[in-house]
Amino acid sequence: MHKADSPRSLPTPFRFFLLLLTGLLLTGCSEGPWNNPYRASESGRSIVYSSFSERPKHLDPARAYSSNEYGFIAQIYEPPLQYHFLKRPYQLVPLAATGLPRVTYLDESGRPLPDDAPVEQIAFSDYEIRLRPGMRYQPHPALARDGEGRYRYHRLDRAVIDRLNTLQDLPATGTREVVADDFVYQIKRIAFPPLNSPIAGVMQEYIVGFGDFAERTGAAYQALKRKQGGKPWLDLRDYELSGVKVLDRYRLRIRLKGKYPQFRYWLAMPFFAPMPWEAERFYHQPGMERRNISLDWYPIGSGPFMLGENNPNLRMVLEANPNYHGEAYPEDGDPGDAEAGLLRDAGKRMPFIEKAVYSLEKESIPYWNKFLQGYYDTSGISSDSFDQAVQFSDQGDLALTDAMQAKGISLQTAVTASVYYMGFNMLDPVVGGESERARLLRRAISIAMDFEEYIAIFNNGRGVAAQGPIPPGIFGNEEGREGINPYVYDLVDGRPRRKPLEEARRLLAEAGYPGGRDRTTGKPLILYYDTTSAGPDGKARLNWIRKQFAKLGIQLVIRASDYNRFQEKMRKGTGQIFMWGWNADYPDPENFLFLLYGPNGKVEHGGENAANYSNPEFDRLFVAMKNMEDGPRRLEIIRRMVRILRRDAPWVWGFFPKSFALYHAWYRNVKPNLMANNTLKYRRVDPRLRDDLRRQWNPPIVWPILLGLLLLVVSAIPAVRVYLRREGSSAR
Amino acid sequence: MSGELVVLWTDALIFLLLVVAVGFGVYAAGRPHLRGPWGAVVRSRVGMGTLVVLAFYVAVGLLDSIHFQPGDGNGGPAGAEVVSLFDTLVGGLRARQEKSYSAPLATRLYTKENIELPDGRTVRDYPRLRYGGAHLQDPESERLPDLLRLSAVGIVKGLVVSLVVANVLIMLLAGRNRSDYGSQARQLLRGRTGIPWRVALGMTTLMLVLVFWSAELAAKYHLLGTDKVGEDVFYQALKSIRTGLVIGTLTTLVMLPAAILLGIMAGYFRGWVDDLIQYTYTTLNSIPGVLLIAAAILMLQIYMSNHADEFNSLVERADLRLLFLCIILGVTSWTGLCRLLRGEALKLREVDYVQAATALGVGHMTIITRHILPNVLHIVLISVVLDFSGLVLAEAVLSYVNIGVDPTMNSWGNMINSARLEMAREPIVWWSLAAAMIFMFVLVLAANLLSDVVQDAFNPRLRNRR
Amino acid sequence: MMAYIVRRVLYAIPILIGVNVLTFLLFFVVNSPDDMARMHLGMKRVTPEAIQTWKQERGYDRPLLYNDAAEGVGRLTDTIFFQKSLKLFQFDFGSSDSGRDIGYDISQRMWPSLAIAIPVLLVGLLVNITYALLIAFFRATYIDFWSVVLLVAMMSISGLFYIIGGQYLVSKLLHLVPISGYDTGWAAAKFLVLPVVIGVVGGVGAGTRWYRTLFLEEIDKDYVRTARAKGLSEPRVLFRHVLRNALIPILTGVVVVLPLLFMGSLITESFFGIPGLGSYTIDAINSQDFAIVRAMVFLGSVLYILGLLLTDISYTLVDPRVRLS
Repeated sequence: MHKADSPRSLPTPFRFFLLLLTGLLLTGCSEGPWNNPYRASESGRSIVYSSFSERPKHLDPARAYSSNEYGFIAQIYEPPLQYHFLKRPYQLVPLAATGLPRVTYLDESGRPLPDDAPVEQIAFSDYEIRLRPGMRYQPHPALARDGEGRYRYHRLDRAVIDRLNTLQDLPATGTREVVADDFVYQIKRIAFPPLNSPIAGVMQEYIVGFGDFAERTGAAYQALKRKQGGKPWLDLRDYELSGVKVLDRYRLRIRLKGKYPQFRYWLAMPFFAPMPWEAERFYHQPGMERRNISLDWYPIGSGPFMLGENNPNLRMVLEANPNYHGEAYPEDGDPGDAEAGLLRDAGKRMPFIEKAVYSLEKESIPYWNKFLQGYYDTSGISSDSFDQAVQFSDQGDLALTDAMQAKGISLQTAVTASVYYMGFNMLDPVVGGESERARLLRRAISIAMDFEEYIAIFNNGRGVAAQGPIPPGIFGNEEGREGINPYVYDLVDGRPRRKPLEEARRLLAEAGYPGGRDRTTGKPLILYYDTTSAGPDGKARLNWIRKQFAKLGIQLVIRASDYNRFQEKMRKGTGQIFMWGWNADYPDPENFLFLLYGPNGKVEHGGENAANYSNPEFDRLFVAMKNMEDGPRRLEIIRRMVRILRRDAPWVWGFFPKSFALYHAWYRNVKPNLMANNTLKYRRVDPRLRDDLRRQWNPPIVWPILLGLLLLVVSAIPAVRVYLRREGSSAR
Repeated sequence: MSGELVVLWTDALIFLLLVVAVGFGVYAAGRPHLRGPWGAVVRSRVGMGTLVVLAFYVAVGLLDSIHFQPGDGNGGPAGAEVVSLFDTLVGGLRARQEKSYSAPLATRLYTKENIELPDGRTVRDYPRLRYGGAHLQDPESERLPDLLRLSAVGIVKGLVVSLVVANVLIMLLAGRNRSDYGSQARQLLRGRTGIPWRVALGMTTLMLVLVFWSAELAAKYHLLGTDKVGEDVFYQALKSIRTGLVIGTLTTLVMLPAAILLGIMAGYFRGWVDDLIQYTYTTLNSIPGVLLIAAAILMLQIYMSNHADEFNSLVERADLRLLFLCIILGVTSWTGLCRLLRGEALKLREVDYVQAATALGVGHMTIITRHILPNVLHIVLISVVLDFSGLVLAEAVLSYVNIGVDPTMNSWGNMINSARLEMAREPIVWWSLAAAMIFMFVLVLAANLLSDVVQDAFNPRLRNRR
Repeated sequence: MMAYIVRRVLYAIPILIGVNVLTFLLFFVVNSPDDMARMHLGMKRVTPEAIQTWKQERGYDRPLLYNDAAEGVGRLTDTIFFQKSLKLFQFDFGSSDSGRDIGYDISQRMWPSLAIAIPVLLVGLLVNITYALLIAFFRATYIDFWSVVLLVAMMSISGLFYIIGGQYLVSKLLHLVPISGYDTGWAAAKFLVLPVVIGVVGGVGAGTRWYRTLFLEEIDKDYVRTARAKGLSEPRVLFRHVLRNALIPILTGVVVVLPLLFMGSLITESFFGIPGLGSYTIDAINSQDFAIVRAMVFLGSVLYILGLLLTDISYTLVDPRVRLS
């Protein structure tokens, strides 16, 4: 047999094991609890701890559109307007602007009209925005200049770029003032076709010259690309966007086609934040993108925070922007806000924290556990931890459980500006269409789908069953008789009560399916439900939905697929019944009713009307309502529209989810604001209290481990005995 | 029982497997060199004990593999719902659905709810279960005596039945060995029989007592509690047996034709055929299995959503996905068997009688079917046994990352997957996880022990295969 | 020796091509580039033009396998398949569908994977070999019997149970280590302890049993008996002879998995929130980022083949009787 030199390799594992042990001891010896996932050096500092579950795809304000992206960039970029932090209903207040935009209506020939001019006469509206002077960008290499005032990093060597790992590898930074040109530049970026801004389509309808600009720059870009290859930089300053004008250093004017009052909501979104041209020039140097250094990854803003560490595999860190112009905490709020301590910081200069650490946390369970251990400052409540956190009081109100209260945790609830609905594909021959038969079938299903129970089981009561498409808190949502869907609910003692199942069965029979069987053919009625949910929670939900249909004797076949396929089905209109949700872009009924506007039909026009509902009367009213200011006239039209919808039942109205947020005692200035995303600057933490509580909640318990080791030693005793016996026998 | 029989793909294959296994048994019984090793398996005490346990699992799995669409009771046409024979046997378990979580053997829900009192007030308390312990007037005081009474009844029933089984067995043995009842019984009880009947009887008694005890309790309570939507966990765990068995056995079965054909061809023909086949399986083997499975499952989902009309019921869809999972698991695991068969065929090719047959000009096909195939069959059977436990465990892991069986299907992996959420609850909901783990553990343990015995009996050399 | 290695490496090329073709077919049959574009552009307000640019940016605007429009060789080369595969073979993984450079991410994420995999492997080896030697020493006693029972029981428990149970007990109840997460440098130790321990415990059953078989086979051999007859003490026999000779199969068994350690562990990493290649893969599967999945499949195959190669070489190193044929 040949020798193997491996026994010599054995010490390595020993050595490693020792290293591991020392590592463990070292962490164990450091102050504070053992299970602290953060570095010891961070204790005692004003840091907010939060998480992100998915790497944000875009941090470029022209492209970002989902809430996880806004969680970051809304703290970094400052658009002209923002929502008031405390006041309800939601109210726009200036942010980068000095006041709300001055709107002038113009007629066909460009002459100003009075403010109360009828819609038909208004050909254009001008939005004039006056900016706050003295705002400066965060320190950034793209703005760094050398001694002679030239940009230091705009002509980097390829070799230098190829060595870059993060933006911090370029040490010098610079800044400059935010001017009106930067806002215009950003609007041009929205129009620039290669950037694929998600709102380019909407803006094209409204901003004058937008489409023309897109065409010209798109063509120029393609030409440049053919010439240079790669992703060249096209200087958008060289092209004019006729509807957007710089009036002076701090003033700009945006000209819209017709009247579009919702435009001011768009001005509160990061799409309209300023962007220095230098940034694009800098990031477009060849090779930057391969190093993952791009505007999508390293934002450059003028807001209260800037992205300090950007490691989407581990954590993202927002740090206070040293160049921030400093905004004051609001001085007034709703009644009750002062009592709730929300005005304690009134008038003080924001932000109140030095840093916010977002750790990657994919799953809700570890997140929840870490929240309970004090390592996250705030948390939503998943359906599974609900009982643990919240209970209903005797009066049926929600309150925190004693265990939560003992920890000093507080609760905030709010009905979100979103809706989950079960839609019928109106192009489907069975459930869709204008026929009375299909309508009755839809109404029968609407009664049978007991969304109150759904909310109770799957959302722990965190939601309100919908009576129509408009959620509470949005203009057009009503209480009382007008707020009740008379086809599904009866008004009993001033409260809606779902109609009995017999009513649904009667409607079903009237539709020609007595007991769930087609009267003419005798075949059972089989409907199809398209869904994307596949997880364990999905199973229970699907079972429940199937049960609802089974109550009427209808068999529901569930077709689960991935999100792509689901969307494709929606686009092609091959789905039949589906459940979907919508998050409002802005607090206006138009943003909900347009989901059922005929020309937004998904199949025909690629819009968001997934039910492909189309009713000429509704569409006509929608056009009339769309651009109206809130008021009794608008309410009347919305009422008529909702009545039509309730009668036709293209959706089972589903529910408006309620959001619940828990936060710890050391976390202050929290008020749920479903429209504003830039709320980090209002927060305040008490790090000393946090450290104390963490230590109190996480005492390391070592004895079970020692016991386990002891057991291991004890279990070796028989072995030793056998060994001794054997030694003894062999010695004999 | 009225209704139309529904034969799912996996049902058909399971019964095919059963037929093949029985056929092989009959075939092997007549051939001493094959009978020997299997005899050794049966003669080992561990082998016998595990076989009994497995038999109970298989019985549940087989009962659960006979599907039909029940009629509406009036001789009308059958509905779309597909249920199995097992479902009808334990019908109560399936129908008795609570509202949400309840602990094992509980009489009240696990979570507080608003209860409306007769006088109109609402209080927040744990409501009584609709079915679990519903026959009790005052659950707090009556539950424990009731549980004890039911347990006693169940155990006694189990003992009585096993007594009957034991007597039948002794009489049969006495008849075969031409001895009288008394001496046969003494022999058996002292463990002096060639086949360890005493172990078999002991194990059977244990299992029967368990079965009757659980049947007795499960009829009045939720033996292992209920899950989030109030389904009986005990029922789910039982239903999962079929899934586990199907994955464990069919995976090898569905890839068997390819593995046998290609393996033997490679070994027998050698040359370029061998090269090509080796290339094929090396390539397949190189792809990380999980990724291959993930991609394939994704593809299946798309196929299903494009051809939704071909699947009449959820059960059929889930079944097809299960079958597909078996196939794709087979694709990732058949290479070992193929390689083994290739080696065996290489050896057999050089054996005298094969050489002689070749010299006589006997056709290739004939040689393969006549001489080579019968001599490698035992390898195939051993590999079914060996791979079984690994596959059952793999199912759980795959379902856990959502690329396993259909989420609507009962499987231990899906149960564990949902249990992940339950572990975060306070107080913790542990029974789903525990039930899945225990059922799986017993099956895998039995399979592991059996495979040890089988390996020892057959070919110690094969033991090194994993 | 050199020629042998070169030949084996060359043999790997057709296999990699095969892997590539297979994964390509699988992924593109599943998902058309249009689907990917829609998936990645998000759900609100997606225009056909946006999809077109997205495809163009990532080179998905060509035909899949055969280009009618192109000339000559271009018909085969100017296709998604050819363009994407060629780059894979140069280990240029391109950018993921969401726009990040895959090579960069892999180079970042392989370290956490290794930080778990290597300790698990080494500590596991140490524990398993020690335990197996002990069992071999006490062979045919009740210690042996109950140890085997324990081992079989341990390997019959699903790995998920170790992970779920371990995390629940150690992190949640005992507050000993953070529940999940990761950090760079030495700060990572507190995050790694639990996954490593669980990895080792989960592997004890199968590993020790396998080593026990190896040792017992060795113990029955003639030279061991001779050594014992010479009067060597039992521990000496075990360490000198049995362990030494059994190390050959152990070592080759380890070598074959060495390269695959890079790939990380899917379940452990995603459960403990460790940003390694395993969780990278899982995330890619869940978000249907096929560029990443393909890169990982390719990488996995390369590493697998590398492992086979290393095994062959290590065989010849430890046992010259194996000819390099």
